Amino acid sequence: MIQTVQRFNLLARLLHWTMAALILTMAFVGIGMVSTLSPKYHQLLSLHKSVGSLILVLVAVRLVNRLLNPPPPLPLDLPGWQQFLATGSHVILYALMFALPLVGWSMLSAGGYPIVVFGAIHLPPLLPHNAPVFALLRTTHTVLALLLFATFLGHLGAALFHALIRRDDVLKSMV
Amino acid sequence: MSTQPTIDLLKQNPGRVIFIGAVLAAAICAFAYTGGFFSPHRISANRLVDAIEVSGGGAHEGFRRAHAKGICVAGTFLASAEAKTLSRAAVFSGDVVPVTGRFAEATPDPFTNDTTTAPVRSMALRLQPPHADEWRTGMNDTPGLHVSTPQAFYENVVASTPDPGTGKPDPARMQAYLDRHPETVAFLARLKARPFSSGFANDSYNSVNGFIFVSGDGKRRLVRWTMQAEDPFSTLSPEDRAARSANYEFDDLLARVARGPIKWQLIAILATPGDPNKATEVWPEDRQKVALGELTIARVESETRGNCQDVNYDPLVLPSGIDPSDDPIPYARSAAYSTSFRRRAGETKPPSAVANQSAGTGP
Repeated sequence: MIQTVQRFNLLARLLHWTMAALILTMAFVGIGMVSTLSPKYHQLLSLHKSVGSLILVLVAVRLVNRLLNPPPPLPLDLPGWQQFLATGSHVILYALMFALPLVGWSMLSAGGYPIVVFGAIHLPPLLPHNAPVFALLRTTHTVLALLLFATFLGHLGAALFHALIRRDDVLKSMV
Repeated sequence: MSTQPTIDLLKQNPGRVIFIGAVLAAAICAFAYTGGFFSPHRISANRLVDAIEVSGGGAHEGFRRAHAKGICVAGTFLASAEAKTLSRAAVFSGDVVPVTGRFAEATPDPFTNDTTTAPVRSMALRLQPPHADEWRTGMNDTPGLHVSTPQAFYENVVASTPDPGTGKPDPARMQAYLDRHPETVAFLARLKARPFSSGFANDSYNSVNGFIFVSGDGKRRLVRWTMQAEDPFSTLSPEDRAARSANYEFDDLLARVARGPIKWQLIAILATPGDPNKATEVWPEDRQKVALGELTIARVESETRGNCQDVNYDPLVLPSGIDPSDDPIPYARSAAYSTSFRRRAGETKPPSAVANQSAGTGP
C-alpha cells in the first residue's frame, strides 16, 4: 500500500516558512537592537516595527486559513504526552504571534511615540499615552519575546525529532 | 514510522540526538552572540544608563537619568517662508504648530542647587502640526558637545564617577580620559569661555548634532540649528548667582512668562562641503544661516503626569523632511533615552524640585 503524505495546504506552507524567517529575523533584530548604541539601533528598530506589523497581518491570514483548512492530523501512534506538547506549543505559537506585535504596538502607543512602519504608514495608537502602562508593556514584550524564542526552539527540536528520529511524515506535511 | 517508546528511539539514534542538540545549541549561541553576551566591550543602552546612574550616586527613581531637573512649557511655532525651501517637514508648512517642551539643567540630580549646578541647560521640544508628522528635538545651550562618539561619552561618564573612598572623581582617571580625548579638553575650554546667560529665557540652544533637511525637490542638506533667544542677553556675576535661591532658574522662568510670552528665533546653519559632522566640532561663524521661524512659549508649568514629564524627547522622532545624518550621537541618544524612559516610566516619581507651579497663558 502506498501511503501519501497528508500536507498542509499551499497557503499554510507558504505562510509557515515565510513567517518562520520573519519571526526568526525579529528575534535577532530585537535582541541586537537593544544591545547597541550604534546607528544600527535606529535602523534595526525601524525594521523591527515594520516586520512586526507585517507579521500581525500574516498571522491573521494564517489563522483564518487554518480554521478553514484543518491541518493534517498528528501521527496516530504519537504518545499522548507528545500529542499534548504538540497541540499546546502550537496554541502558544499562535497566541504569541498575535500577542507580540499587538503588545509592541500598544506599548509604543502608551509611550506616546508616533508609530510609523515601512517609512510612511502611520498606525493609530491602540492605547492612550500612559507611562506606567508603557513600562509594563515594555517588560511584557521582552518576556513574551523570550518565551517565543524558547517555544521556537522546542518547535525546531520537535520537527527534527520527527524527521530524523521518528522518521514520520510530520515535517513532510509542511514542505 | 515507529511505535517504539520514545526513549528507545533516542537511545538507538545517539548521533542524530547529538545533531539536534547541536542545532538548538547553535541557535541559542547565535541569539546570545547577537545580544552582545560574548562582546564584553559592546556598550548597550542599559550599560550606559547604568554608568550614568552610578556617576550620579545612584538612580533617582521616576526621574530622567540625565537633564533630571526640569519644567514643562507650551506654546507655538510659526515657520518663515524660507523654511520650506530647506525642508518639506510639515512643521515648516507655515501654519501655526502647537508646541510642548521642557527646560532642564543637564545634571542627573533632580534636586540640584541652581546656584552651584553645572552651567549646562537644555530645551527639549515636541512640535505637533495637526494631522502630520511631529518633530522632537533636544537642544543644549553649549558650544557643541564634549564628545563625538558614544564610546567617548561612556568613557567620560565612567571617568567622572565619584570614587567610593573619596566621594569625588579620581583626578588621575579623569586626566587619563582627557589625555585620550583632546576634543573634550577643547570643549571644556569653550564652555569656560562662554558667557553663561542669566536664565532659561534669554539663553540660546543648539541642535549640537547634524541632521539632514530634505526639501520638496529632494535636495538633502546637512544642517544644525540654533534656537536664538529674543530676550536680551545678560549674565549673573558669580556673587549674584551665589546669592540666589536653589530653584532660581525655574522661579525666574515662571516670573518671566507671567509677564508675557517668551520668543526665540529658530535658525538653520547650513554646512559647507567638508564641514565635520562631529558634535565636538563647532562650524565657522560664516556658514550660511536661514531663519526657519519663531518659537513662542506662553506657558510654563511643573512636571506632572500627562505633560512633558512623560514624554521621551527622542531626537530621532523626526518628521518626513528631516533625516538623521551620519553623526553617531543622535542614534546613541535615541537608544539611551529609550532606556531611561523605560526605567523611569515604571517607577514612582516623587514631586519635582519645582512642583505645583504654573504661569502664563495657554493649555
